[in-house]
Amino acid sequence: MTSPQATAVLSAQALEMRFGGIVATNQVTLNLQPGARHALIGPNGAGKTTLINLLTGVLQPTQGRITLLGEDITQLAPHQRVNRGLVRTFQINQLFDSMTPLETLAMVVSQRQGLGGKWWQALGARSELNRRCEQLLEQFHLSSVMAQPTRVLAYGKRRLLEIAIALACEPRVLLLDEPVAGVPAGEREELLQTVAALPADVSVLLIEHDMDLVFSFATRMTVLVNGTVLTEGDPDSIASDSRVKAVYLGDVDVLAPGVSAQAMREAAQHG
Amino acid sequence: MNLADTALLRASRWRWWEVLLWLAALAAPWLLPSHALIVNEIAILALFAISLDLILGYSGIVSLGHAAFFGMGAYSAALFAKLVMPDPLLGLAVGIVSATLLGAVCSVTVLRGTDLTRLMVTLGVALILMELANKLDWLTGGADGLQGVVMGPLLGRFEFDLGGQTAAAYSLGVLLVLFVLLRRMVSSPFGATLKAIRDNRLRAMAIGIPVGRRLAVAYTVAAGMAGAAGALLAQTTGFASLDVFEFHRSADVMLVLVIGGVGWLYGGVAGALVFKLMQDTLSSITPQYWTFWIGLFLVVLVLVGRERLVRPWTWFRGGTHGGKS
Repeated sequence: MTSPQATAVLSAQALEMRFGGIVATNQVTLNLQPGARHALIGPNGAGKTTLINLLTGVLQPTQGRITLLGEDITQLAPHQRVNRGLVRTFQINQLFDSMTPLETLAMVVSQRQGLGGKWWQALGARSELNRRCEQLLEQFHLSSVMAQPTRVLAYGKRRLLEIAIALACEPRVLLLDEPVAGVPAGEREELLQTVAALPADVSVLLIEHDMDLVFSFATRMTVLVNGTVLTEGDPDSIASDSRVKAVYLGDVDVLAPGVSAQAMREAAQHG
Repeated sequence: MNLADTALLRASRWRWWEVLLWLAALAAPWLLPSHALIVNEIAILALFAISLDLILGYSGIVSLGHAAFFGMGAYSAALFAKLVMPDPLLGLAVGIVSATLLGAVCSVTVLRGTDLTRLMVTLGVALILMELANKLDWLTGGADGLQGVVMGPLLGRFEFDLGGQTAAAYSLGVLLVLFVLLRRMVSSPFGATLKAIRDNRLRAMAIGIPVGRRLAVAYTVAAGMAGAAGALLAQTTGFASLDVFEFHRSADVMLVLVIGGVGWLYGGVAGALVFKLMQDTLSSITPQYWTFWIGLFLVVLVLVGRERLVRPWTWFRGGTHGGKS
């Protein structure tokens, strides 16, 4: 019997983050299995953002350690973690406004190939990298706008580009921070499809408030409350957990008592 | 050729007007022999301006002390000519190397803090160097400047003449070579990562770009190029004075970029041309008050916008609808 930690692609062990006297993250242990579709949920202020910042290296934990593919990355800088395959998207789009989606992706793909420091060759001089860009543009429905400056793109397209950039980094582990936040209804379907179609070998940790998406996407869930892991399990057990309903789901009134996860998922698919 | 290939490579391909422009520029010392001196000054200012554009326009680092590297290049080249040997190209290389080294050291100061801290730090470095050049008068001649810099012939053949024809051709040649290198650099993956850092530093970090290292390299390269401009000035005027470190140099070169446009290499060239010609014309009309007119021009330029100013036919169109340029 192997422990979940041994098989995990990304593993956080007993992470703790204190800001002065405030404990934002308290003994959080989280294991992301290969190819996982894992959701991290919790009410506002539960410490989800802090946890993301700890995992990506923006913050240094006061205690605990993080391993990626069995390697200790606790001390690594953010960009070093990215180069090892830990990539995130942002809840608020973080794009390169003066560049076109094509230039952006060409830049990211070149950087990922270790060409980001090369200055004598033109961006786009390697056709195999350009093919990869075209493939990404296609996959994220951005081909029609690939030559427009990012700043003029519609919000839905910007949101797609946000995820395309992360995927261009060839992640082993992808942290999706509220991918559908703020997307208008008309553009939502396109985005949900691309999220559902993410490569199966990429392990995904989804941070989301949208319960439709969470229950239709995740096969495993972790509930974070006040910086502590309240419980972890499959969607059915989470949906029927009375503590979860009390502290979280009850709050936002998404799941009435007695509604099963199965019913929830069906509702999500039809709605 | 594929659609994506074409779209990406379009930015790095040379256009016909660029070739014409450079041919015209290189011919200028012979076409306008009586104006060779100002051609030389324009070429030097243009080189200084495109070096600032690499950090300001492409990397988003604001600097009010770019003259530090200009001055470093000027004094190193002048001292080399005076103390070691008068060959111009070797002197130029010495100017570039010393300014590059200084840039590498100073690059650590611009990696942290906000724009305001960067403005202050860069300004401070230039002031420190100026004071050093002032105090080390046994070496630099102090406030009198470094006099008696005699240059040998260019490539061992072309003497620097009083009319400035050789000087202008030399400066234009150096400008062209460094421009071509810089043009390659900004349209490469390296240049694209610089633009990414400028546009969004947070995301640049999140896609694995080593932000600090990239900015340090850009700052160092820009310093070296500014050093080349300074070396050219010292060599072609046979003189280096504290003026090369003065605040007004750092400010002027920023004005040049404001006039010509940032983040576009020809902006530095066009800005240098407009700035120098305006300075030359105005100061011959009103020797004492020319800065008034330059100031007025800048205010109008910034308020009206460069786009609209160079397209007069858009001035009276659709004013009530907030006409777009």
